Amino acid sequence: MPAVSKGDGMRGLAVFISDIRNCKSKESEVKRINKELANIRSKFKGDKALDGYSKKKYVCKLLFIFLLGHDIDFGHMEAVNLLSSNKYTEKQIGYLFISVLVNSNSDLIRLINNAIKNDLASRNSTFMNLALHCIANVGSREMAEAFASEIPRILVAGDTMDSVKQSAALCLLRLNRTSPDLVPMGEWTARVVHLLNDQHLGVVTAATSLITTLAQKSPDDFKTSVSLAVARLSRIVTSASIDLQDYTYYFVAAPWLSVKLLRLLQCYPPPEDTSLRSRLTECLETILNKAQEPPKSKKVQHSNAKNAVLFEAIALIIHHDSEPNLLVRACNQLGQFLQHRETNLRYLALESMCTLASSEFSHEAVKTHIETVINALKTERDVSVRQRAVDLLYAMCDRSNSKQIVAEMLSYLETADYSIREEIVLKVAILAEKYAVDYTWYVDTILNLIRIAGDYVSEEVWYRVIQIVINRDDVQGYAAKTVFEALQAPACHENLVKVGGYILGEFGNLIAGDPRSSPLVQFNLLHSKFHLCSVPTRALLLSAYIKFINLFPEVKGTIQDVLRSDSQLRNADVELQQRAVEYLRLSCIASTDILATVLEEMPPFPERESSILAKLKKKKGSSKLPDMDDSRKNVNGSTEHAEDAEVASKSLPSRYSAPLLFFSVPQPPQFLLEELISTDRPHPSSSATMLPTRTMVPSHTFTDDLSVNSAPSSGASLLVDVFSDFSSAAPTEGSDEHFPRFVCKNNGIIYENQLLQIGLKSEYRQNLGRMYVFYGNKTSTQFLSFSTSVSSNNVLGPQLNVQEKPVDPLIEAGAQVQQILNIECVSDFSDAPILNIQFRYGGTLQNIAVKLPVMLNKFFQPTEMTSQDFFQRWKQLGAPQQEVQKIFKAKNQMDTDVSKAKLLGFGVALLDGVDPNPANFVGAGIIHTKTTQVGCLLRLEPNTQAQMYRLTLRTSKESVSQRLVELLSEQF
Amino acid sequence: MRFLLLFSRQGRLRLQKWYTAISEREKKKIIREMTTMVLARQPRTCNFIQWKDMKIVYKRYASLYFCLGVEHEENELLALEIIHRYVELLDKYFGNVCELDIIFNFEKAYFILDEFLMGGEIQETSKQIVNRAIESSDMLQETMEEYMSKPAF
Repeated sequence: MPAVSKGDGMRGLAVFISDIRNCKSKESEVKRINKELANIRSKFKGDKALDGYSKKKYVCKLLFIFLLGHDIDFGHMEAVNLLSSNKYTEKQIGYLFISVLVNSNSDLIRLINNAIKNDLASRNSTFMNLALHCIANVGSREMAEAFASEIPRILVAGDTMDSVKQSAALCLLRLNRTSPDLVPMGEWTARVVHLLNDQHLGVVTAATSLITTLAQKSPDDFKTSVSLAVARLSRIVTSASIDLQDYTYYFVAAPWLSVKLLRLLQCYPPPEDTSLRSRLTECLETILNKAQEPPKSKKVQHSNAKNAVLFEAIALIIHHDSEPNLLVRACNQLGQFLQHRETNLRYLALESMCTLASSEFSHEAVKTHIETVINALKTERDVSVRQRAVDLLYAMCDRSNSKQIVAEMLSYLETADYSIREEIVLKVAILAEKYAVDYTWYVDTILNLIRIAGDYVSEEVWYRVIQIVINRDDVQGYAAKTVFEALQAPACHENLVKVGGYILGEFGNLIAGDPRSSPLVQFNLLHSKFHLCSVPTRALLLSAYIKFINLFPEVKGTIQDVLRSDSQLRNADVELQQRAVEYLRLSCIASTDILATVLEEMPPFPERESSILAKLKKKKGSSKLPDMDDSRKNVNGSTEHAEDAEVASKSLPSRYSAPLLFFSVPQPPQFLLEELISTDRPHPSSSATMLPTRTMVPSHTFTDDLSVNSAPSSGASLLVDVFSDFSSAAPTEGSDEHFPRFVCKNNGIIYENQLLQIGLKSEYRQNLGRMYVFYGNKTSTQFLSFSTSVSSNNVLGPQLNVQEKPVDPLIEAGAQVQQILNIECVSDFSDAPILNIQFRYGGTLQNIAVKLPVMLNKFFQPTEMTSQDFFQRWKQLGAPQQEVQKIFKAKNQMDTDVSKAKLLGFGVALLDGVDPNPANFVGAGIIHTKTTQVGCLLRLEPNTQAQMYRLTLRTSKESVSQRLVELLSEQF
Repeated sequence: MRFLLLFSRQGRLRLQKWYTAISEREKKKIIREMTTMVLARQPRTCNFIQWKDMKIVYKRYASLYFCLGVEHEENELLALEIIHRYVELLDKYFGNVCELDIIFNFEKAYFILDEFLMGGEIQETSKQIVNRAIESSDMLQETMEEYMSKPAF
């Protein structure tokens, strides 16, 4: 029995709980519960009407049983009956049961709503609070429909009690989160803002929570709250601790309210009004100062509350990112915490510094703590703190300290917790690539990664090292030598064998001159690992062997013997067997020339964002959106190939569906074998092999910018894997934010919010285009009544025709559906069509409008011409209205290769040797519309000293010149 | 705030409060994961864990663990103080609160929580006001005689 039984303890309930606690086994507990359930059921069904007390007691017992983890399938009606009791405790138990156990039985909801309605109208503040609590707890749509308009009235009514105002504010907040469409904005919103001036601090606290939530959705409607919040905050931080009476918590003035006000201010940019701004800066300075004062109490509650306000103030300072002084001060104060004896503070300081590292004002200040952070990595006992230290090292890394940080991370990796190894591997791989000055260091680092943590090296990492080695010929010899040496180790990780096999297969010839690594030695070394490897690795090794036959005719016999052996030719694995058979045949019947063509060195990979980065982002993203991640992975995994195959079979039927036994197919063998080998060629090759034209975007291997904007991949590629871009695109609210990125590319994410992600693949031929739109449901709930329509905001109609194919009205949770849009350009145009999407999510109707990236330049056909032709036409188009010129400042780094890629992506042919200045670019193309064709000549003159460009367009039509300049000048 | 769980050192759940709508199956999964994860933590480690898209803030008081699942941008230190404030309120009500009080008076533990938090947001931070509200609702109860005259079953 309980030591204390205050209030109206229910004896029967206490006895029952005691019985359950005395049960020796699970079985006896279940038995006791079943007995009780039978008893309650018979009481509820009995002829005798139960009194309120008994009903309450039995309902409470049912609740207890449910909370023990057993199912309850009756008693709801009795609980609802309790709601209309006028005894407070009965009503209270009724509401508790409903809020814990309500189901979506709509009859019941109607009864509950009725009871709530009565209580809300009762003018009894205790009953009103119970009712509001119930609405907030259940928060169902039906309830929102019934009460969403009533609650704002209660909230702002002059005669409402303070405690009811607090409940009403938070109830409204909850409804706004679950069914935002049902909470009407209106006259009350202005009055809610004025609750920030209320006398009662409890009301102000609740109102601040509500306003913050509302302001996140529609900041403009609540702009006036900024000045009120600053005023309120200022009064709190300057008050003496006793002024606020019971709102002072362990000598800290109203910490909850302060933090909420600081959060509200984070919905807005720094105030423009100078006096308001300086008042806020004063507040923040006061908070920083107070944190430095000696503590008023030794209790941890005091320091927690004080530092909670400090961290929130720092969060606001970082959010504003405009006051260098405050940022540096914040960094210094956090620096003191890095060695604080409270683990919590060390953790939070590391976390907060991560964001400070990204501000240009405080990046250097953060860097001064590098030794402390490295020390934390080595000495912290708590893995979550070490994890934060890794994050911070990653965030503070730049060219000046990259070698030290990478080395420290590598050495930490040897003992790191298994749970965070993979992430560290990804981070090291990214930093090594990003800050590689010489690529030998990069190759060494990655091979070290594989040696230390081979199991945690994901495919992306070893794919990437191969992409880089293939694209950079200055490192190929070194890479071959290094992998050869690494493979000497008696036990080496399978990932190393993969990298080794691939690199020696491509570049083994570069080290074959040394007798210690002669062709035969290389082959024997690789083959000594063969039998220990899994099937995919063996398949890759077989491809390396056939490449050896081409590189080193002297080992042909040896390799043929290996291929001919029963363990290969009759291998139980069909893939291995097929490779052995085909490679053997190929090596026997093909002439040296054919062999050399077929087994030619792999072409450079098209530049694109590092797939490792995408993976890390995805990992990070997964910590934000957990449920979605798994499903998305599945969606990707299962649809990617299907889709590639589908698109491919439309555009390139013969090649994709070419049988593996390719000798009978009249196709250039070059493609076919690449097709064949592509299974073990690192992933991106699937797009490389299928590029319809073999335009590769040269070098510019290392994205200097960690941001999402990757170098545009070749515009000619139809099949760039949209999904690797998917995970890399940052979610945005604005629907045309991604629009400019599509000027020079055809694939990627055009829109993403918390619910929906829209990806595009598009292809254009002359005046026609086809766009594949992929709608991905990111939630764990299905989208219903999904529909789309394409509209234009003005006279687009006759200039551009967009025809939509039907789209599935239902998108399952985590699934993706595809829609095809056919596009026809009738005449030149400047406005983009709008794709309107409508669907129902969790009962809420969602409307999204996305500007479709259909621009005039999509209908370009590149034209090659001689320099003579070019100048002749240039002169012909000399009329003043035909030329449009723009001089503009470079927004990005001025890189020749990037510019070339962009111009190719834009759609023109680049003409070499036309312009006398080799730094300038000259291009030509024809815009195809249904009515006319417009010839276009283009000249782009970069001036690296001034960081400026001059862009000149000459076309036969003024509007076309104008539009093309607008589009292209935004890209540099 | 998404949820609050109270469980014993043996992993027995004593109280659960959910502030977002999720299925019973999902709840059970979260409860299982939270108990195993929090109970496995070493002493003197920090009170915050990054878990999926949330932050878990937990603290042990005697034999009970209090475990909060909060949004990513929530202030961790104040979340700890929300737990502390709740313990203070329970303590005031029961007088030296112990696990048994919460087991036998679970409905009271819920009511006290509701006076203090609503919809996952702090409703009233003043201890005096919350205590007064709890006391006044106790005043609304039946008399002791009424209670004693009721049958046990």
